[in-house]
Amino acid sequence: MIDARGPRWSAGLTSIVLIVALITRSPIIIILQLVQFGIAAFAGPPNSPYAWLYKNLVQPRLSKNFESEPVRPVQFAQLVGFIFASLATIGALSHVWLLFTIATSFALFAAFLNSAFGYCLGCKMYLLGVRFRSV
Amino acid sequence: MNSIAIVGGVLVLATAYGLWDRKRTGRINEKIDSRHLVNPSEIGSELGESATILQFSSAFCTPCRATRSTLSSVVSHYPKIKHVEVDAESNLDLVRRLDIRQTPTTLFLNSDGREIARAVGAPKRQQVINALERI
Repeated sequence: MIDARGPRWSAGLTSIVLIVALITRSPIIIILQLVQFGIAAFAGPPNSPYAWLYKNLVQPRLSKNFESEPVRPVQFAQLVGFIFASLATIGALSHVWLLFTIATSFALFAAFLNSAFGYCLGCKMYLLGVRFRSV
Repeated sequence: MNSIAIVGGVLVLATAYGLWDRKRTGRINEKIDSRHLVNPSEIGSELGESATILQFSSAFCTPCRATRSTLSSVVSHYPKIKHVEVDAESNLDLVRRLDIRQTPTTLFLNSDGREIARAVGAPKRQQVINALERI
């Protein structure tokens, strides 16, 4: 169980980073975001750099009473982000800017929804994925 | 300029989708095309005497927990109604037959196990009470 505000704050920071990446077309920025997604997806969201920032800079200033939530839905969403950021990185490094723009836009769409609305990507995608995989 | 327009477009689309999804989520729909029948053996539990609330959950679903506590607290006031929660992933045949596409999805079954309403997403307490009063 983790502080439910953490993933939403991280998704907000992710949205900002992705907006900067889209505008600057900087491979470095999308790679940094790819690393963040990768650590969160494979080592767990609490071990990621954004979670470290949240714990040290943001959480101490917030209320001690907070809702907690399970970590696996968050981790699933980070894996989806990792896949889009991988495609975006391939696009940026090979100068296929259409691929970069589409993949980054999808990642921004999901990160913004998560941050602004608390959108649960795992709820919508996971079951459809399982149903599709094992037809 | 071009990339700023893309960022704006993505944010507008995500906001529109988020507002639409928020409005729709958890709404209890009683206009069901196909009237599914659920057998007690399929859900590993007896049906409630007058009705059963069948909740499909998954591990990657944040609002499933809130839905569980809403439904079990409402049901505690109705001795003849039972709340049954099943893991969607380990009941894929049932999930396909009932066309469950995301979690949480809640089915309202009458005493025969026939589906009479369903809610996709976390339903609100008052929505559940209203639906039960009509059964």
